[in-house]
Amino acid sequence: MQPFGPSLTRALSIAALGIGLALPLAAKAQAPAGAANTLDAVRARGSLICGVNTGLAGFAQPDSQGVWRGFDADYCRAVAAAIFGDPNKVRFVPTTAQVRFTALQSGEVDMLARNTTWTLSRDTSLGLDFTATNFYDGQGFMVKASAGVKSAKELEGATICVQPGTTTEQNLTDWARANRIRFTPVVIERLEELLSAYVSGRCDAYTTDVSGLAATRSAQQRPADHLILPDIISKEPLALGVRQGDARFADITRWVHFLLLSAEEFGITQANVDQMANDPRPEVQRILGKNGGLGEMLGLQNGWAVNVLKAVGNYGELFQRHLVPLGIQRGPNALWTQGGLQFSPPFR
Amino acid sequence: MSDSTIDPRSLRTPPRRPLRLSWSDERVRGIVWQVLVVGLVGSIVWWLWSNTVHNLEVRRIATGFGFLTREAGLPIAEHVIDYSPTDTYFRALMVGLLNTLKVAIVGIILATILGTLIGIARLSKNWLLAKLAAVYVEVIRDLPLLLQLLFWYAILQGLPGPRQAIHPMEGVFLSNRGLKLPWIEWQDGHSYALLMLILGAVATWLYRRQALARQMRDGRPRPVWPVGLGLTLGLPLVVWAAAGAPWTVDWPALRGFNFQGGLNVSPEYFALLLGLVLYTAGFIAEIVRAGIQAVALGQWEAAQALGLRSGQVLKLIVLPQALRVIIPPMTSQYLNITKNSSLAVAIGYQDIVSIANTTLNQTGQAIEGIAIIMLVYLTISLSISLFMNWYNARIALVER
Repeated sequence: MQPFGPSLTRALSIAALGIGLALPLAAKAQAPAGAANTLDAVRARGSLICGVNTGLAGFAQPDSQGVWRGFDADYCRAVAAAIFGDPNKVRFVPTTAQVRFTALQSGEVDMLARNTTWTLSRDTSLGLDFTATNFYDGQGFMVKASAGVKSAKELEGATICVQPGTTTEQNLTDWARANRIRFTPVVIERLEELLSAYVSGRCDAYTTDVSGLAATRSAQQRPADHLILPDIISKEPLALGVRQGDARFADITRWVHFLLLSAEEFGITQANVDQMANDPRPEVQRILGKNGGLGEMLGLQNGWAVNVLKAVGNYGELFQRHLVPLGIQRGPNALWTQGGLQFSPPFR
Repeated sequence: MSDSTIDPRSLRTPPRRPLRLSWSDERVRGIVWQVLVVGLVGSIVWWLWSNTVHNLEVRRIATGFGFLTREAGLPIAEHVIDYSPTDTYFRALMVGLLNTLKVAIVGIILATILGTLIGIARLSKNWLLAKLAAVYVEVIRDLPLLLQLLFWYAILQGLPGPRQAIHPMEGVFLSNRGLKLPWIEWQDGHSYALLMLILGAVATWLYRRQALARQMRDGRPRPVWPVGLGLTLGLPLVVWAAAGAPWTVDWPALRGFNFQGGLNVSPEYFALLLGLVLYTAGFIAEIVRAGIQAVALGQWEAAQALGLRSGQVLKLIVLPQALRVIIPPMTSQYLNITKNSSLAVAIGYQDIVSIANTTLNQTGQAIEGIAIIMLVYLTISLSISLFMNWYNARIALVER
């Protein structure tokens, strides 16, 4: 013990505590300003940081040169093209199902284009905003064709492979409860390990969004050995996500999506975007920035739409390029004019 | 230990004199530095805390532990206590905690046994045995645990499906769904018998203490085992018979996709346990070897010269000295097993980390989730440390 008196020790300890408590009050103003200015931050950095899937064929997957390819990856490029006029000013950050929200919250990524289902609780309690549903999906099951299963209702007692921390996991338990089906889950976070568990026969069935099933099936050595069951057990609107409280950046991602839809609706493609500048239809002229000044209203240049469409093409072209080869049909993702759900508000 | 000696520092302490407020006063300097350090640490903690709270508010991320009482809705394959997806997150986390304990406790016991055997084997005079043990230790210690876990899991997945299960004997099936064993249907009689077993073990221990105390007085050894056998085996059997000798075997059988009934050891649990035990046994073997080699050869020779039998030499002379060297590093290995069990996430065994991760992902409350994980591991680790330190103190050299 210290050789001096106890009262002095106590007095000094209290003083130390007081200083300890007082210092941070001065430091508190240093806290980062939050999420208000993603667009400024992106411009200052010179590139967009986009959170994508760790590797899902058709949506986001690096090719043999390490270039990210896919439907979601091109959404990132489209947003980069809208901001910078250059689709290559984007850095892709692969995020697992478990870390994606934390990555967005902490500012590690600027936006998510990562097969993320829009739900109420995520929208309200995770500090993020969903801006646009770029893909309408639903959850299904894939089984080995040799199992002789024709419907998900026949899965009583089955072992089912599922990724943890996803709506998929909760939908599965809801569905099993509603249909009084008992099952054994095998939950593995990394998709590669999970798929190897399914392929090796550890699980009887693999469940995720039907688009994911189709992508997985097409990547198998013999796709015909695997059967996607007809039952769809959930609604999965896969949406773009940004940090909450940043209306301007949210608007940009939302309207990039609407731009891709409108371009398809009016027949503007990657190839004809320059010729379409002479199209007499007023809405086409507003979309392409000939008049109306819509780009400036978004905080972008008026030529933003031309840049986006030159970079990635319209929604239909994206779909054709990345998803149709996997055997995914337009279905609910057709334009509203063709009986689908994809609908853009007017460019006015 | 230091009762008989005088702490040299106490000799240097100057006689108490009034405190002068001067930088040249050693005590004043000491106090100033302490104030500064405490203030610095305090302000860092405060800053981290207030910054976190502030940013959570700005980003409108919900905080608090209210989610624990909400319905979890997550499926858990293995649970020691009853669980269904309609239960709360709290119960789901409890299931995860028990799953962690299930693999850690069994792992610690098995790794200790295997590690001790390999450690002794490495000291064997049999050349082949010693070299095999040495190769085992070197190979197992040098490969990352995660790699080993994935390896074992892949091997277990390579087993045939349930319809082609390996079926070595009645009621035993080995397939890629795990190992299925027949199991008795648990009834009250079994619980009573188990209770008697525990009571019998305690009674045996008390009897042994008394026997040893009497031996100290008159020098005559008294065998403990007949009484011990009667208490730990006879007593539970009598109680079980008195309860009507319940004996219904639950045989596993293939129904639909999977085996139903019986006891199941899942591939995930088995791969994790196997990986942890084999890996840690490599380290424990070296600790045991070091402990035995730390006992001077003269101790063996002196004990033999006293006429002790070889078992007594080991029990009375060598082991007490070896354990002093073995126990402290062994504690670290036990802590390692517990913490390494969190690699379960990679192979789909639902331990506390797996379930807490899912929870924080579904609720978005990452800070609370990580805090729960930290609290759990801290509690388990401190408990192991406390127990092992108590044991270490018990066997430590007592200086007289």
